[in-house]
Amino acid sequence: MKAVQISVAYMPLVDAAPLIVAQEMGFAAAEGIALDLIAAPSWSSVRDMLAFGRVDAAHMLSPVPLAMAMGLGGVSSAISAVSVLSVNGNVIGVGNALEAKLHDAGYAFDFADPYAAADALAGISDGPITFGVPFPFSMHVELLRYWADATSLGTHGINIRTVPPPLMAQALAAGEVDAFCVGEPWGSVAVESEAGALLLPGNAIWAFAPEKVLAVRTDWAETEPSLLGRLMRAVWKAGRWLSDPAVRATASGLLSRTAYLDVSAELIDRALSGHLILSRRGETRQVERFLEFHDGAATFPWRSQGQWIAQRLQRTYGGAGLSDAQFDQVIRPDLHRQHLTKVGYDLPGASAKLEGAILSPTPVASASGEITLQPDRFFDGQIFDPDTRNTIKN
Amino acid sequence: MNRELKIVVVEEDRDRAIAIVDALTDACPCDVVVIGDHSGLSRQIAAHGPDIVLIDVNNPTRDMMEELTLASGPLDRPVAMFVSGNSDGLAEAAIEAGMSAYVVDGLSPERIKPVMDTAIARFSMVRQMRNELAETRRALEERKVIDRAKGLLMKARGIDEQAAYALLRKTAMDQGRRVPDVAEALVTAAGLLG
Repeated sequence: MKAVQISVAYMPLVDAAPLIVAQEMGFAAAEGIALDLIAAPSWSSVRDMLAFGRVDAAHMLSPVPLAMAMGLGGVSSAISAVSVLSVNGNVIGVGNALEAKLHDAGYAFDFADPYAAADALAGISDGPITFGVPFPFSMHVELLRYWADATSLGTHGINIRTVPPPLMAQALAAGEVDAFCVGEPWGSVAVESEAGALLLPGNAIWAFAPEKVLAVRTDWAETEPSLLGRLMRAVWKAGRWLSDPAVRATASGLLSRTAYLDVSAELIDRALSGHLILSRRGETRQVERFLEFHDGAATFPWRSQGQWIAQRLQRTYGGAGLSDAQFDQVIRPDLHRQHLTKVGYDLPGASAKLEGAILSPTPVASASGEITLQPDRFFDGQIFDPDTRNTIKN
Repeated sequence: MNRELKIVVVEEDRDRAIAIVDALTDACPCDVVVIGDHSGLSRQIAAHGPDIVLIDVNNPTRDMMEELTLASGPLDRPVAMFVSGNSDGLAEAAIEAGMSAYVVDGLSPERIKPVMDTAIARFSMVRQMRNELAETRRALEERKVIDRAKGLLMKARGIDEQAAYALLRKTAMDQGRRVPDVAEALVTAAGLLG
């Protein structure tokens, strides 16, 4: 039987791994599909290709489908997030000027404590600090804002500016930005090219943040249920494959190919292993769950994660927000359940949880009772209740 | 009488920018500004207060433009990528041509259409020329590799040029590969063997 082609747009990042692995390691072929992976030059381009039907599916920043539904940004059309592709994986870093000042001030670069990092930054900088991020609607922005809101950085002031990661080093050198929040490999590229140093992993701010989603047009999901199911299963199996530490060398070698990320396998391995090099001084840190593709039901598109993002977007940009019916067309635990029941995936019983309430690995009710959810703590201890849409101070 | 449209074209390649500007000013009464340097792109654009912004789809700086679409962004008028009321498929045509356009809300379709049509035609042409150039370069490159492979075979096996090419072609056919790929492999192997 000839495989059916599904075109998928992606940005060449480490967290595109489930898509690349699904195609290269035969998980797509096993479902009778072939993924035509199209590397995009920008996130706007990924979004446009999906919205205007150039591709059927896309690797997308988790806030983008919600932002599009809310009418934010250049294009609004109906997009559904059917799976989470990756959890965590971002790094916050500073340019050389700030790094030197932090170093002189005796900052320890612990790569763990958001309060200490914020205090140190506020202490050495005269004016507001400008952070470069890849896209206005991104977990990068939400993590930075959340961090600033709860620390001395908020009173000190931050600016957030969009700078495509390949141009970040140039923007740092030109003084356009002082610091950055990016996904791998770009943090490690900044370290390697001596453009800056890493300050915090994204999961120091939110321990289980949905980073990228598998997105499709809502109408395509309705008219092509069989293709969608095959795509979701292939990608889910690729994520499970990636969760085995024994495949890391194979995975980083695969991603490093010219056709995909075109950076050295060693650089990619840092993100996959969570073993990061912070600066040209060579300090290393090991980060648990730095980037997660599978464990703790990582692929499950929790309504509560989406509601948290939607609330943050609305707070920043105003507007009416989404009705429950609108929201349910975007974040799709229903499709996730429908298409992934037969792969041996033990699905969680609920579709929403208190975000930030899990402090240590916790077994939860599920189809066969084997799911352990991983910590999803916000660094300031707040808990987001999806029913009331309120945050509770823990 | 409507005032002139103000159009910003984001394009680093000078020749290409000039070609686009010429086409636009011929097509409609408009004031066209080119931005070639992408540092602080959204601020630069905001300073011009354009009605329409045109940018290559493949330009990675496009994501910087996204800030323009935000209500709190540097341009205080709402901007959308050209999609609203796209019954005539202009947005799809633009993407096909490798162009994206940001249009200030409220601009009438009659005023946008001629600009878009011209810009799409121009972007398509430039894209086609680029593809042809790349194709020609590639063909030339392959020609060179095949010539070197033929030379290696002639020397190693004492055969003439025609026989060397026939051998390359037969090997390619037997292995289901392209002649240039077989030639490339041979040249690489010869290089490794000294």
